[in-house]
Amino acid sequence: MATMTMIQALNSALDVKLGDDPDTLIFGQDVGYFGGVFRVTDGLQKKHGMQRCFDAPISEGGIIATAIGMGAYGLRPVPEIQFADYILPAFDQLVSEAARLRYRSNGEFWAPITVRSPYGGGIFGGQTHSQSPEAIFAHITGLKTVIPSNPFDAKGLLIAAIEDDDPVIFLEPKRLYNGPFDGRHDQALKTWAGDPTAEVPEGHYTVPLGKAAIVRQGSEATILAYGTMVHVAKAGIADSGVDAELIDLRSIVPLDVDTIVASVTKTGRCVILHEASRFGGFGGELAALVQERCFWALKSPIERVAGWDTPYPHAFEWDYFPGPGRLAKALKRTMENH
Amino acid sequence: MTDNAVPLRLHIPQPVARPGDASRFDYLSFVPGAAVQRPEFDTPEPELREFPYGLIRVIGEDNAAWDPGLDPEMMRSGLRAMLQTRLFEDRMFRAHRQGKTSFFMKSTGEEAIGVAQSLALAPGDMCFPTYRVQGWLIARDYPLEDMINQIYSNEKDPLKGRQLPILYSARDYGFYSLSGNVGSRFGHAVGWAMASAYKGACHIALGYIGEGTTAEGDFHEALTFASVYRAPAILVITNNQWAISSFAGIAGAEQTTFAAKALAYGLPGLRVDGNDFLAVWAATKWAADRARANLGATVIEFVTYRVAGHSTSDDPTKYRPADEPSHWPLGDPIERLKVHLIDVGEWSEERHAQLESELTETLRAAQRAAEAIGTLGKSKPSVAEMFEGVFKELDWRAIEQRREIGI
Ligand SMILES: Cc1ncc(C[n+]2csc(CCOP(=O)(O)OP(=O)(O)O)c2C)c(N)n1
Repeated sequence: MATMTMIQALNSALDVKLGDDPDTLIFGQDVGYFGGVFRVTDGLQKKHGMQRCFDAPISEGGIIATAIGMGAYGLRPVPEIQFADYILPAFDQLVSEAARLRYRSNGEFWAPITVRSPYGGGIFGGQTHSQSPEAIFAHITGLKTVIPSNPFDAKGLLIAAIEDDDPVIFLEPKRLYNGPFDGRHDQALKTWAGDPTAEVPEGHYTVPLGKAAIVRQGSEATILAYGTMVHVAKAGIADSGVDAELIDLRSIVPLDVDTIVASVTKTGRCVILHEASRFGGFGGELAALVQERCFWALKSPIERVAGWDTPYPHAFEWDYFPGPGRLAKALKRTMENH
Repeated sequence: MTDNAVPLRLHIPQPVARPGDASRFDYLSFVPGAAVQRPEFDTPEPELREFPYGLIRVIGEDNAAWDPGLDPEMMRSGLRAMLQTRLFEDRMFRAHRQGKTSFFMKSTGEEAIGVAQSLALAPGDMCFPTYRVQGWLIARDYPLEDMINQIYSNEKDPLKGRQLPILYSARDYGFYSLSGNVGSRFGHAVGWAMASAYKGACHIALGYIGEGTTAEGDFHEALTFASVYRAPAILVITNNQWAISSFAGIAGAEQTTFAAKALAYGLPGLRVDGNDFLAVWAATKWAADRARANLGATVIEFVTYRVAGHSTSDDPTKYRPADEPSHWPLGDPIERLKVHLIDVGEWSEERHAQLESELTETLRAAQRAAEAIGTLGKSKPSVAEMFEGVFKELDWRAIEQRREIGI
C-alpha cells in the first residue's frame, strides 16, 4: 500500500474509475492538460485521453447542466467546480434539475453525477475562495453531500459517489489536501506522511456513503464533526482533558443517525463543530435531531461551535475559523454546566 | 431511426502550442486597419457588422481616421500611468514572494486598457472592473499607499481586512467593488447604466469581462438587458488569450471572434488592438459618444495577451510554451506608446529613463509607508471590523459573537 496525500488519493480514485468504466468522464475548468488548479486531475488526460478528461468553459451553470444531460444519457460525469464558492452560479441546475429529475420523471431519467469541489477556509482565500456551502445542499432533498476528512476515506468515498446512481456533491476540504490541519495556524504544517489514514490501496475499494466513523472512543461527551473539523476536534479534545467521543460524519446526506444517537445516548453530552457560519448551518439540523432522539439522555444543552455569522474575512481568517481553543471551551462548558 | 454514415465524435478544442512546441499566433486573423475606417458614432448597427471581424489599430498603422488626436501631454500621462502600473505590479509580486501578502495578480501587457479607458472617460462614469485593470486607479492617482495597505491587509486597509488583496473598491474614483466571482458584475454595469438613463443623468458605465468569462451566463444576460433597454454602457471583453490554463478556444474562439458575440444582440461590436493605447482610446471614445447620445451599448473586444501568470499561484510554463510571450504579435503597449511619442518628437529615451526612476522612487516611498504600518499577519484592522458591514446595523448575532471573543 502506498502513502498518499488527499490530492493523490482523489487522483487515484478518478484514475481507477476512468480505467474501469468507459462511461465515466471528467470535465471542469483547467482540469485537462493542466490537471486542475489543485492538481487533483493531474496526469489523467495524458493517461486516459482528451475525451475522458477535458477543460470546460468558465460556466458553472453550463457545466452542471451538461453533466445532467450526460447523466440522463447514461454516462457518469464527474464535473469539477474549481472552488465550492462557484457552485452557486450552478445552484439552480443542482436544486431544480439534478435533485429532482428522478422524482419528477417517475424514474425515467436520473442524474448520476458527482460534482467535486474544493471547499472551506484556512488558505487566505478571502470571501469567495473559502466558503462552506454544505448546509444549503443538505436542505435540498435529492442531493447527497459527502465530505471526507482523510486520504483513505477520500478515495473510497469518491469511488462510492461516482458509482452511486444519485447526484452527489463531493466537497474536498482543501486545507487537508496536503496534510491534516488541527487549526493551530501558528505551528508548522503537518503532512499526511506517517498518518495511518494516508495508507491508501492502489486499486478499487469503496467507503459506503452514509456510514459515519468513530474516530475516537470516549465516555463523557460526543463531538460531531466532518472534514477539516475532525482534526480540529482531536486537538480540542486533547486541550480540554474531556474524554470525548469523536464522530466523523463523512457524509451529511445520507446521515448516519444511528451512530450519532448511540453515541449521544451513551455519553449524554453533544458538541457540534463545523466551519460554516453557525446560524442556519448544518449544526442546527444535527442539534434538532439529537434533541428529538436523545432528549432524555442529555445531561447538558447541546453546544454548537462554528464560523461566525459574517462572510469569510480575509485578514481575520483565524478569528473566524473555529479552532481547538473554542472547541475545548465548549467541551468544558458542557461538562461544568451540569 | 436512421443510422449515421459515420459515428458521432466529440470535439475537444486544443491550443496550437503546448510546452515544448514552437510558439504560434497564426490563428489570429488580423484584417489590416484600413479595412475598418472610422464610422460616425451614430451609424446604425446593421452598417457596422464588419467591425467584429477587423482589428482597429492606430499606432504604426497610419490610420488617421481612428487616431484620437490626443495632445502629447495626455499621451505622456497615459505612458506614465502604464509604466507606474507595471512597476507597481512587479513590486507587489515580489512582496508576495517575500510573504508580505497572500495573493497577487498582474496585468502585464494589458496596461493600455485600464489606463486609456480611465483617462478617456469622465469622472462621474463608473467602471465595473476585473482584477486586471488596476491601471484605472493608478491613472486617476488613487494613492498607491492605500492600494498597498489593501494588499497587505494591514491596519490601514481601506476595505478593513474583509476583502482579498487587489479586489479594490474605490467609488470616488469610478471603481466599483470587485467580487471574486468572475463575470458577476457585468450585469451590474448594465443596471447602473440603466439607472443613469432612468434618472436622466449623464454618466455612462463601463463593464469589463475576461474572454474566458464570456462563457458565464452573466455575460449573455448583461448583453440582453443592454440591448433591450439601450443601456448607456460600454461592455468590454479583454481577450488576453488565456483563462488560467485554458486557451481562448475553450470559450468559443475557434468559432468566431468575441466582438462578434454582439451581433446576435443587435449591438455594435468593435474588435480593437488592446495593446495600442490610441486605438483603445479611440474605440472607447466612439462607444462613449454613442452611449451619451442615447444610442445604447457597444461591445468592444480588446485583443491582448496575458504576459504573466494568471496569479501568484500560477506557473504558465506548465501549459504554454515558455517563450510564448515573446512571440505575441501585437507588441508591448508601453513600448509602443513610448516609441510613438519619440517618433512624433514628444519624448526621448532619456526622459523615459528619468520617468522610470521617478516612478520607482514614488513607489518605494509608498511601499515603505505601508510597511511601516505592517504586512499580512503583522498588522490588521481591529477584529471588531470582522462583524461590521454585514448589515447596516449590527444584529444580535454579531453582538453576541463579538462578546464571545471578548470585544
Ligand atoms: C464564477 C467563478 N468561476 C471560476 C472562478 C475561478 N477563476 C478565477 S479567474 C478565472 C479565469 C478567468 O479568465 P478570463 O475571464 O479570461 O480572465 P483573465 O484572468 O484571463 O484576465 C477562473 C476560472 C471564479 N473566480 N469565479
